[in-house]
Amino acid sequence: MAQPGEPGSLSSPDARAAVEVSGLSRRFGSFQALDNVSLTIREGEFFSLLGPSGCGKTTLLRIIGGLDLADSGSVAIGGEAMERIPAHRRPVNTVFQSYALFPHMTVAENVAFGLRMKKIAAADIAERVARALEMVQIGSFASRKPAQLSGGQKQRVALARALINEPRVLLLDEPLGALDLKLRKELQVELHTLQRRLGITFIFVTHDQEEALVMSDRIALMRAGQIEQIGDAEEIYERPRNRFVSQFLGSCNLIEARGWSPGGAGESLAETPLGTLRVEGGGAPTAGRESFTLAIRPEKLRLLPAGETGENRVPARVSQVIYIGSESHFQLEAGGRPLLAYAMNETRGAHELEPGASLTVHLPAASLLALED
Amino acid sequence: MARRAAAEVRFGEQLTPRSELLRSALVSGPAIAWVSLFLLIPLVAVVGMSFLTRGSYGQVGLPATFENYRRLAGYGLLGYDPLYPQIILRSLLLAAGTTLVCLLAAFPLAYFIVRLPGRFKNAALTLVVIPFWTNLLIRTYAWQILLGPESLLARLASALGLAPAGQPLYPSTLAVYLGMLCAYLPFMVMPLYSSFEKLDWSIAEAAMDLGAGGPQVLRHAILPQVAPGMAAGVILVFIPAVGQFVIPDLLGGAKTVMLGNAIQQQFGASRDWPFGSAISFVGMALVMLGLLLYARSAARRGEEGLL
Repeated sequence: MAQPGEPGSLSSPDARAAVEVSGLSRRFGSFQALDNVSLTIREGEFFSLLGPSGCGKTTLLRIIGGLDLADSGSVAIGGEAMERIPAHRRPVNTVFQSYALFPHMTVAENVAFGLRMKKIAAADIAERVARALEMVQIGSFASRKPAQLSGGQKQRVALARALINEPRVLLLDEPLGALDLKLRKELQVELHTLQRRLGITFIFVTHDQEEALVMSDRIALMRAGQIEQIGDAEEIYERPRNRFVSQFLGSCNLIEARGWSPGGAGESLAETPLGTLRVEGGGAPTAGRESFTLAIRPEKLRLLPAGETGENRVPARVSQVIYIGSESHFQLEAGGRPLLAYAMNETRGAHELEPGASLTVHLPAASLLALED
Repeated sequence: MARRAAAEVRFGEQLTPRSELLRSALVSGPAIAWVSLFLLIPLVAVVGMSFLTRGSYGQVGLPATFENYRRLAGYGLLGYDPLYPQIILRSLLLAAGTTLVCLLAAFPLAYFIVRLPGRFKNAALTLVVIPFWTNLLIRTYAWQILLGPESLLARLASALGLAPAGQPLYPSTLAVYLGMLCAYLPFMVMPLYSSFEKLDWSIAEAAMDLGAGGPQVLRHAILPQVAPGMAAGVILVFIPAVGQFVIPDLLGGAKTVMLGNAIQQQFGASRDWPFGSAISFVGMALVMLGLLLYARSAARRGEEGLL
């Protein structure tokens, strides 16, 4: 399903690969955690592995870090094959989901650990530890034990402990998962800024779509051990390849289409339960396919007064209105099927459409997209 | 403080200091009574006895002196003879050696059991405990058979040129340690196993990730986590091993006297209860001293207290 090594839209031929994964498979008993995964992560990019739990994203991260071994396939970091290189000699460091701080060591000792293992002189270590703690703003906690820290503070220690080694690639395994929403948002921004400043390649595992959208240069969306789509945030959101991608990131209206006739340049006409829709958005090639799915994001729908007619305009009925403050969510019914529409509350009272009210929905041709499945 | 506690509402009722005291007495009373009756009073009796004097027919009486302790230190009627200090030292060394051997054997065993799949885990633990279902004496005699002149082990040893043919492998130091290991291994495996069971492997992975090789992962990430289990095992093995004398007797040839023999002899054949009490007390005191030193160093390191 995923095309191995397919570059995203930002690809440029001179971008060097920080990590190159090819044909990676990993099976745990009868569970296929990774199924022939290939991808290239560029030097200095913030790359997210996004997907539901069990999709293989953490396994992929662990194999890159050397904490797990692949059944087949290969990993190269900075152009160097990693097959025979154990975890402790790889040029990567990991920020673990549960932080995994050494409970019997102080914050400073935790952060110093990597340098101690490299037999760096004690004076150098002290200086670099102080700088690393400053960098993540926990200088005043140096002599505390991990048990005396809050979740956010532990996270910062884990970050400093990994970054002090100046890894070529930093692996982050759902590092913000255990934190409350407010702190998570703060740290998202901080992580992003830090990554920009240091220029270190970050590989960030998360199941939180918003987190991935906010922070990443590129995202690989995974499912059942395979990569469904790789691209930057806008590409994945605006041009999902299939139903799974369209549903995993945000909400999306899916419309079954049967029949297909080519229109003018770059456009087509699709037969749907809502009538004939003109599709300009493109997406997957549909020539020769009997049935396929059209996708349109709820915020792309236009709500017009009842009775308006024209291209891609469909009569609909309001079944539910949810007022969210800045916007309203309208659950509509058109052609006997539900449609979801989001509208900004540009003027006061804009959302005041009663359930049962009739209106016309406009599905702009440029926003309709044909999916692969 | 007490007044505030009295005003506190717990489980919807108000307790006065008096009724609270009564409750704690009711709850902890039986345990305190039990410990006083069967531990504290005999202990005080032993300490008291150790200062008394044996009469000509083994009766106990005054005067109260330090004579028993002087004798224990080696200053007997016939001049200085380090017999008893040697006995104590021998017992402590045997206990320390046993503890070390048990630790070395139990560490990989506990690790191995923890890594077994769930259904084999319980079976393995049962196998570790099974020797307990048999009396210690019988187990020790069993080792005599296993190490006897016609036994498989003895023949194997002679075939390998490690021992003369047709000879039993006991009495020997090796046999004593085999017997001791067999008797005390479960006491070391169990606490170590529970420590390994709770082990946070992500901490070991973090160490690896930060550049630690195998031995360093063991030292910095695994040992600190299983230290409480190791300490518990050391205490559980060392203390009873100090008083052990059946195994050294049966497998070591009964040529040397251990602390346990000495005590038994004084209370039995020699009918010198005061001196037996002194030996018992000194043995106990030495063990207590060791534990205290350990607890203090553990507290300094900030580990969870065992004592």
